[in-house]
Amino acid sequence: MLAIETDALSKDYLVGFWRPRPYRALHDLTLAVEHGDIFGFLGPNGAGKSTAIKLLMQLVFPTSGQARILGQPLGDLAVKRRIGFLPENPSFYDYLSAEELLTYFAGLFGIPAAERAARVASVLDRVGLGAERRSRLRSYSKGMVQRVGIAQALINEPDVVFFDEPMSGLDPIGRREIRQLMLDLRARGTTVFFSSHILSDAEALCSQVAIVAQGRLVATGKVSELLSEDQHGWEVVVDGLPATALPQVGARARACTLVHDGRHLLEFAPGDPAELVRLMTEAGGRIVSLHAQRETLEAFFVRRVAAAAVRGAAEP
Amino acid sequence: MSPVTVGRVAAAVYKESVRDRVPLSMVFFAGVLIAASIFLSQLSAGQDVKIVKDLGLATMNLIGLLISVFVGTGLVAKEIERRSIYAVLSKPVTRSTYLLGKYCGLLLTLASNLAAMAVALYLVLGYFAIATPLPANSTRPPHVDPWLLLPLALLFVQLMVTTAAALFFSTFSGPLLTVLFTLAFWVAGHFGGDLRDYGRVVDSPIAAGVARALYYLLPNFGGLDVKNEVVHGAALDAAAITAAVAAAVTYAVALLGAAAAVFERRDLK
Ligand SMILES: Nc1ncnc2c1ncn2[C@@H]1O[C@H](COP(=O)(O)OP(=O)(O)OP(=O)(O)O)[C@@H](O)[C@H]1O
Ligand SMILES: [Mg+2]
Repeated sequence: MLAIETDALSKDYLVGFWRPRPYRALHDLTLAVEHGDIFGFLGPNGAGKSTAIKLLMQLVFPTSGQARILGQPLGDLAVKRRIGFLPENPSFYDYLSAEELLTYFAGLFGIPAAERAARVASVLDRVGLGAERRSRLRSYSKGMVQRVGIAQALINEPDVVFFDEPMSGLDPIGRREIRQLMLDLRARGTTVFFSSHILSDAEALCSQVAIVAQGRLVATGKVSELLSEDQHGWEVVVDGLPATALPQVGARARACTLVHDGRHLLEFAPGDPAELVRLMTEAGGRIVSLHAQRETLEAFFVRRVAAAAVRGAAEP
Repeated sequence: MSPVTVGRVAAAVYKESVRDRVPLSMVFFAGVLIAASIFLSQLSAGQDVKIVKDLGLATMNLIGLLISVFVGTGLVAKEIERRSIYAVLSKPVTRSTYLLGKYCGLLLTLASNLAAMAVALYLVLGYFAIATPLPANSTRPPHVDPWLLLPLALLFVQLMVTTAAALFFSTFSGPLLTVLFTLAFWVAGHFGGDLRDYGRVVDSPIAAGVARALYYLLPNFGGLDVKNEVVHGAALDAAAITAAVAAAVTYAVALLGAAAAVFERRDLK
């Protein structure tokens, strides 16, 4: 049994006030998410990520297609007990505190009154919300609201969580904390489905990704399979390369950039790096770093999304 | 539909709206009453108490209506607009349960608000009972008259219907339109009785038919308004009041059913 599966899920929104016409926000999305995965749902702005997640949460209803969560059709209350959801740019009740909000939600899950306080305190600790948990939400900063949003998605210790842009509004420390939190969730066996356009997060976290653009799935699979393992070349940072050696070294490089006084960034074609290193050290340079250039998820993403745009434009 | 869940949603509504507007409306009400009674106590003895009762009940009508319309609108229409509804509906709560919880929470808010205002009114009346007591042989209603609770209870029944209408309108329109629709609904409820006789004063049979249809479609709050009778100690028709209450409750239930039916299927975007 899969954690999440969608079968040709499509959504048309009606746009226009006087003469509403359907606008296809999601087109035949078919996905399969295994239990225990961290699944990255990637795509540029307006790709249809939030639409897909809202369909899964039954906040909007599909024009065609269907979906299952934990093997059950959507809307099953027993399944809803076992899932968590962080909406995009979440918003809650101004006059409740984070603690009260979470206690309320814990009650909706039927968590016994005796356990609620401890459960609420523990999820708020996990998202790093301190003493401010007792103040009203209207005084919270964006990042704090985002943390409350993540906490409320975890209050029922869900088996599957849906995070719509979990990193949005978080500072670099917050991002790292939430990354760690997602890894911890996976370690406990929770399936994490998250949308993002920040590819480094996906690269660091996901076993599987799907890329959507303009409402269509453009690629899906393991990160390692999508990105060619082929190495594209080498990137070397070197200090103190004398001007006399530059023409000789530069002739072999694809690109040579002066970073600042005495430091150069050189790009070389694939090959044995030992020889390059010898060449530069013998000339009097000091190697600062050397690393292999691979296609990043970013490059892949840009390539696929651009291709989808071309296909989209070619359609009538 | 689980009654426990309805109760939890209602409790959250109550908590939020008590913190939000209730104190303000109470201060407003108390201010009007106290200012009025001090001013009126300078006028001729005996008359002033009737005016205090009239003014008190009218103020409570107004404030009850405002709470029902504005808080009632905020409950669902604003929650859809601000999208705070997303997180709640992803919990194990059906949309109908959520809607009913919101409704009960608002009724609780209204009831406690009306109760607080009633206490304030009785305190002022108590002051008059001591300061300017009625002569022993008076046929007028007493200053601290328990019958004043009747128009208050009937006001609550009117607000039950109005709040159900606010919820119904919120399921398919934004906050501003909901406010306008609900206010129009309240006005129609108070003047709808006139529509019955409208057919006699117009020539067009179509206009008469429309008026008659509206008369049956719109609520009729006329039978639920006994302020004047109680303040002046006039006789009350128990059977007519009971019938009006039964009709209003039926109306509210029908509105809630329609609201749930619309809300279950709509996209929240
Ligand atoms: N309620 C709506 N009415 C009409 N069109 C909509 C509605 N919601 C979304 N859309 C359209 O559907 C498309 C997909 O929107 P969606 O919010 O799913 O994108 P997204 O991938 O989540 O983007 P982002 O990264 O910016 O959050 C967009 O073109 C958007 O304009
Ligand atoms: Mg989005």
